[in-house]
Amino acid sequence: MTAVQSNSASMFQGGFADPVFNAQLVFRQIMDALARPGRVAEFNGLANPPAPLSPTVASIAATLFDHDTNVWLDPALARNEQVAGWLTFNTSAPLTREPLDADFAILLDSGSLPLLESFSQGTQEYPDRSTTLILQIASLTGGRKLCLTGPGIRDVDNSAPNGLPDHFFDQWASNGLRFPRGVDVLLAAPDGVIGLPRTVKIALGES
Amino acid sequence: MYVAVKGGEAAISNAHKLLADRRRGDRSVPAMHIEQIIEQLGLAVDRIMSEGSLYDRELAALAFKQARGDMIEAIFLLRAYRTTLPRFGYSNPIDTGAMLIERRISATYKDLPGGQLLGPTFDYTHRLLDPELMGSDAVEEPQTREGNDARTPRVSEILAHEGLIEDDGDLPDDHQTGDLTREPMEFPMTRDVRLQALSRADEGFLLALGYSTQRGFARSHPFAGEIRIGEVDIEIDVPELGFAVSLGRIRVTECQMINQFKGSAKSPPQFTRGYGLVFGQSERKAMAMSLVDRTLRATELGEDLTAPAQDEEFVISHSDNVQATGFVEHLKLPHYVDFQAELDLVRRMRAEYEQTHDGETPDDDGLEAAQ
Amino acid sequence: MNTHTQLATYNFAYLDEQTKRMIRRAILKAIAIPGYQVPFASREMPMPYGWGTGGVQVTASVLGPDDTLKVIDQGADDTTNAVSIRAFFQKVANVAVTTRTADATIIQTRHRIPEETLNEGQILVYQVPIPEPLRFLEPRETETRKMHALEEYGLMHVKLYEDIARNGHIATTYAYPVKVEGRYVMDPSPTPKFDNPKMHKSQALQLFGAGREKRIYAIPPYTDVISLDFEDHPFEVQSFEEPCALCAACDVYLDEVILDDLGGRMFVCSDTDHCEKRRADGHVGPLAGETAETAP
Repeated sequence: MTAVQSNSASMFQGGFADPVFNAQLVFRQIMDALARPGRVAEFNGLANPPAPLSPTVASIAATLFDHDTNVWLDPALARNEQVAGWLTFNTSAPLTREPLDADFAILLDSGSLPLLESFSQGTQEYPDRSTTLILQIASLTGGRKLCLTGPGIRDVDNSAPNGLPDHFFDQWASNGLRFPRGVDVLLAAPDGVIGLPRTVKIALGES
Repeated sequence: MYVAVKGGEAAISNAHKLLADRRRGDRSVPAMHIEQIIEQLGLAVDRIMSEGSLYDRELAALAFKQARGDMIEAIFLLRAYRTTLPRFGYSNPIDTGAMLIERRISATYKDLPGGQLLGPTFDYTHRLLDPELMGSDAVEEPQTREGNDARTPRVSEILAHEGLIEDDGDLPDDHQTGDLTREPMEFPMTRDVRLQALSRADEGFLLALGYSTQRGFARSHPFAGEIRIGEVDIEIDVPELGFAVSLGRIRVTECQMINQFKGSAKSPPQFTRGYGLVFGQSERKAMAMSLVDRTLRATELGEDLTAPAQDEEFVISHSDNVQATGFVEHLKLPHYVDFQAELDLVRRMRAEYEQTHDGETPDDDGLEAAQ
Repeated sequence: MNTHTQLATYNFAYLDEQTKRMIRRAILKAIAIPGYQVPFASREMPMPYGWGTGGVQVTASVLGPDDTLKVIDQGADDTTNAVSIRAFFQKVANVAVTTRTADATIIQTRHRIPEETLNEGQILVYQVPIPEPLRFLEPRETETRKMHALEEYGLMHVKLYEDIARNGHIATTYAYPVKVEGRYVMDPSPTPKFDNPKMHKSQALQLFGAGREKRIYAIPPYTDVISLDFEDHPFEVQSFEEPCALCAACDVYLDEVILDDLGGRMFVCSDTDHCEKRRADGHVGPLAGETAETAP
């Protein structure tokens, strides 16, 4: 666990005002996002973390993290004592430096997104023991048009999240080949969450 | 006329009122106090605490009363309550070597440091019903002697001096003690989790399995190295203080079974151990547990797997009486949707059968064959 | 007894938040790997194992104050265990309840899928006794886990084919195994195979909870759920020769009701809400005039 060294107020504030019902509401939105990939699940950021962590990501963290989940932060975020301290204080989740040990990973800087393969993929026997990545991006709209297909999608979904690097799509295709192993991704933006479970296939639409 | 059954809610409520009435019984007989159960039915309370995995005599006695004396129902009540309790921390391992001993016997040595101490036991009582207990039940004060604060070494420590018995098992430094109630079960298990499962397992189930090993289904040549019953301190580390503080004492029963072991490619011939530890005074359970713990180490010790008591998945998956009773008893829930599906199939297969057998009934068929 | 007079104050929906988080994480994995059984640290519930503890834990973890809950057992809202589970959630979550399929946001079920097509936004929670479809062919978890890992389902096909060789058709009538999204063979819980086609590309999210066996699995909406079969012996569902005696519905699953000890019987909808709705809409079955209701 990272030692909390600074006593800045923001580190100890900004958790859920109503932990039971806020967590339930956010969970249902996350569940819906993963069950219906591409569909934007909306919730007003109920948590208020120190910048640059977004309220959306913080709400997901407050809903799913606890002392049983290892959390990996991208290097820039890990260096940010305010953010690391906020997560530790508000969720009790131990932070890990080893992506292979992570149950969850938070990435703000999608430009330096590590290989998806460097996170835990689960095993063939226990494919559930894999990392869930939370990517904080600029917006869930206005990006390149995508064609999502797979379980949870009736025909095809044409989301256009803004802020995913180009190499993400090649990596995502490789991730799909590892099924049932593989990572799942939550795209978190101020306007909500899009879920990308490992089953979803992404083709690039016209740019 | 078809009469649809409605009003399950009223039926359930009425049934529960009747249950409460039967639990109370004849109102002219005084109601039992919880204190009476704790004081006079202590071994029932101990078993409920042990298999309920919660050390609280008052609640165990309440569960016993509420369950009308049905042990498994009482254990279930305690478990369902336990699961709602928050966790404040984890205590240090108890030290049974430092136990305040009430009973301590060894079958392997005539005398030993710390001595043999019979304590409150049914052993050597003649099992003759005592008509005195029908009445007022006046009991003499027992004789006691001054407690001895000295540490009483365990028989396993005595044998260890000669190197004739295996060491306490080693776990890797980074091993975190498992928690059966917080993590999904996975086979093969580590021994710590397996011992947790055995400690809360059904006494009758472990007794039968332990007995089976004595009758040759994975014989393990056991000797009761030591059984001890008494109170131990529960201590918890307080980081702010830098030392451990005592939260109180609990009574436990510990059994170390000593088993002959011929040795293997990895280990020299030596004695091995089976371990039993349960809440309260529950010698039968601790002994059966240590027998089963030893046979479940068959794979670890390179022994042939031949008997049910050696089969970890079989033993552990079926040892929990709360799970077992739930699933056995769920058969009384309605199953008429599945039964309808089976009715339809059996009728269809029966019709096909009769067609191919030219309308003969199966009995005629059998008769012809016999003739 | 003074220390324990106030034994416990329970959290919303009974489970503590740490337990809910653990179950919620398992549900998300289950959705991401359709048909795969996610192990979870099932808790002791205040009702017996085998009586819906898995379903209850799943429902308690997704349920919120704005939900409307329906609970059915054998298709009926008024069977005793359904009544008991519904009352539990009314007590611990003060949640709105309904018997109407269309009005429910969460439906917890044992042994049936409602006749009415479920919609987007609805969640169907199944109570599962034995989640492992291969369990009766191979009792060991260590073995069945390998079989799923290697996608080695030959044993299941051999079993079904033996049925055909012996009886001329597959002799499994309920808990009929399905393949989810072309990968995992899954147990649909002991629903009659009549209900299997309703799972295929359902608009609703389907969640499965097995408390005693400590497994959660899921089928997202619009997911392929194919009942196992053979080219020369395609999967087929039960059909009934007569319509519901009360509402005249065809193409629904019927309960056989014994009327007397002389062989008199009638068939009525197992889905009580569907039947009531049809009767309210004016559908009349052959015996509709000869019914009454009573308390048990």
